Amino acid sequence: MTITLLVLAVIMAVVVWWLLRQTVNVSPWVEQQSIQDGPEGGAVSLPPVKLGLGVFLGVATSLFVLLISAYFMRMMATDWIDLSVPRVLWLNTAALILASVAMQSSVAAARRAQGDAVRIGLMAAGGFSFFFLLGQLWAWQELNAAGYFATSNPANAFFYLLTAMHGLHLLGGLWVWCRTTAKVWRGVEVAKVRLSVELCTVYWHYLLLVWLVLFALLSYPTQFALHR
Amino acid sequence: MSYVAHDESAFVPPAEVEEVELYHPKTWIGKYVWSQDAKVIAIQYGITAMGIGLVALVLSGLMRLQLGFPHTFSFIDPGAYLQFVTMHGMIMVIYLLTALFLGGFGNYLIPLMVGARDMVFPYVNMVSYWVYLFAVLLLVASFFVPGGPTGAGWTLYPPQAILEGTPGADWGIILMLVSLAFFIIGFTMGGLNYVVTVLQARTRGMTLMRLPLTVWGIFMATILALLAFPALFVSAVMMTLDQALGTSFFMPALVSQGQQLGYSGGSPVLFQHLFWFFGHPEVYIVVLPAFGIVSDLISIHARKNIFGYRMMVWAILAIGGLSFIVWAHHMYVSGMDPYFGFFFATTTLIIAVPTAIKVYNWVLTLWRGNIHLTVPMLFAIAFVFTFINGGLTGLFLGNVTVDLPLSDTMFVVAHFHMVMAVSPVLAVFGAIYHWYPKITGRMLDDTLGKIHFWVTFIGTYAIYYPMHYLGILGVPRRYYAVQNLDFVPQSAHELNVAITIAALIVAAAQVVFLYNLVRSYFAGKPAGGNPWRATTLEWQTPDTPPKHGNFGDKLPVVYRWAYDYSVPGAPEDFIPQNQPPVRKPA
Repeated sequence: MTITLLVLAVIMAVVVWWLLRQTVNVSPWVEQQSIQDGPEGGAVSLPPVKLGLGVFLGVATSLFVLLISAYFMRMMATDWIDLSVPRVLWLNTAALILASVAMQSSVAAARRAQGDAVRIGLMAAGGFSFFFLLGQLWAWQELNAAGYFATSNPANAFFYLLTAMHGLHLLGGLWVWCRTTAKVWRGVEVAKVRLSVELCTVYWHYLLLVWLVLFALLSYPTQFALHR
Repeated sequence: MSYVAHDESAFVPPAEVEEVELYHPKTWIGKYVWSQDAKVIAIQYGITAMGIGLVALVLSGLMRLQLGFPHTFSFIDPGAYLQFVTMHGMIMVIYLLTALFLGGFGNYLIPLMVGARDMVFPYVNMVSYWVYLFAVLLLVASFFVPGGPTGAGWTLYPPQAILEGTPGADWGIILMLVSLAFFIIGFTMGGLNYVVTVLQARTRGMTLMRLPLTVWGIFMATILALLAFPALFVSAVMMTLDQALGTSFFMPALVSQGQQLGYSGGSPVLFQHLFWFFGHPEVYIVVLPAFGIVSDLISIHARKNIFGYRMMVWAILAIGGLSFIVWAHHMYVSGMDPYFGFFFATTTLIIAVPTAIKVYNWVLTLWRGNIHLTVPMLFAIAFVFTFINGGLTGLFLGNVTVDLPLSDTMFVVAHFHMVMAVSPVLAVFGAIYHWYPKITGRMLDDTLGKIHFWVTFIGTYAIYYPMHYLGILGVPRRYYAVQNLDFVPQSAHELNVAITIAALIVAAAQVVFLYNLVRSYFAGKPAGGNPWRATTLEWQTPDTPPKHGNFGDKLPVVYRWAYDYSVPGAPEDFIPQNQPPVRKPA
């Protein structure tokens, strides 16, 4: 639980620090001046939907960090046998990196108001993401065929669990991607989809980061284990 | 998605909108069923939570009947008793209190109190409720499946939770775990709304330090829940896999009923860590909103500004932060490094500091206030009283050496009921009596309210005070029947009878409350817009009950904090937050 504690301590520290900064040296009982229209005192300079995504990523981080903590704690038992992860995961990783790059190019195009480039970027990102998911299923199939069932060892079970959780998050992202891409396809003005593309990009980068951490932990569990 | 068509990339909502832009549902279903109005969603949450809470209340009555009069009721066998215990606990903590405080009061009060027209993501907010309802229905379904609901205890500890011999080890536990997972998904949708609305949708002038403490409490509790519920989600998913697929995340190698099971090497303690990593913040998830609500009730009904507002806010933040580093005090008997025990005992005791600050501040707010002993005020004072009682026994249980002999006794049951069951429920009642006039436009009956209060307040003490004594005697919790034990004297059995009678009387008093809710809705005294003469924005709406959009086409502008009561020189003993300051001639 040390890892969870550290990460959540950082998240809570940021929350508490930010809130304290807003509240220190304020004496609300003596303030009576009117406040003119404009951004609020204490409002975050982000559109609500972006802040909403940020909060959701905090929740997702908590989820993945707890899973990783459980992974390390379960690893300490004597029945643990390290899993040799399928090589196809390297290819999948490359696909997810390309998806992220494509998303980034799409958002850059959206900022330049280049509709066609946005469309190409989104399509490429979606294509690579679906490739990644199929690749993950392929990896499952490969492990299953080789007799690495979820029930036969906790390392296998964690592999299926962690990849499934990550995959489900990506599927959720693809649902939003579908809506955004459909809008672009229908010829909706780029300025109107820019925010959606930005949100997708942030989410894809986040999921890439999570996958890189998971991939490293799944591939080299012993090197990362603190107590073995 | 948003009911007001404005630029979604803007940081804050516009101060004024055209009437044509406001979204008004056209049909009855759009207004009351698939509603995106946070106030309607709040009422949906409230009714559902209270409905399922009544089921849990009945279950507690059945438990008490068994404990008071063992072997009298043939339909309560040991399995059924454990199922009652489990479902009562889980329903009360998660499906009633969490849902009611955050989904109910959060939805109703946040937009109104911060001066917003609605939550920032109304559609997601609506889906949040329906996912919650689905979770509740799944839970209820477990009463009707083969084997009935799980009887694993509300903590659902493996391995026994999924082993044959535990009631509901097949279908019941699966439905419970899946229901919890859906509850968490639904809550996350709502929680995103609460946090972002507080941060981004406050009206002009409503700085963070002008927020009423109710909003601060709900806001911080939501942050805790968003970070802590994933721990329950993870443990629910992993235990579902252990039960359904036969993985060994939590299940050790074991022999059950003479047969070697297929599990190997799993760690039940890992589950306990995950569960309590959620479980302890959960205490504050239900207590922080209660803290906020009680602060506001005390200030309003004592006609006095809250004492130490800044300290109250910082105490909420400190409690929120500290609540993540105390979880293992629930696991002292599971075995741990003594240094860990020392660490967790220390952090547990430290959390008493900000909590005590809040208690002192409530008392100092009351000090020399113009106290109106209205029904909400009675409940608020009762909350402070009860929370102190429950908190003090927490000091006993937070210490490793004292906890060990008291662990798994009725002392623990008495402690946590005082601190996180009775106290928050008193705050809930206070809040309902306080805001009911705004929600319905009518006052609740005062006499019925006072009868409800006194019976509930005195009754709960009649239930839980003696329970401490039973715990000190060593009477264990979760036992179907405590008989033929040398250390349990006859007087303890007689005490159990008395506790059961008190519990049944308290349960009956809740019928008075429900009757009051229904009767007053149709025949209550008209409340007017601001019957308590309060300063906060929800009492300054143009309509009571407020319409969709809360404040019409123009949002209020805030000029002062929420606690301008009995200001010297002011013509009235309250100054609403949106009342501009008087300009003195230059």
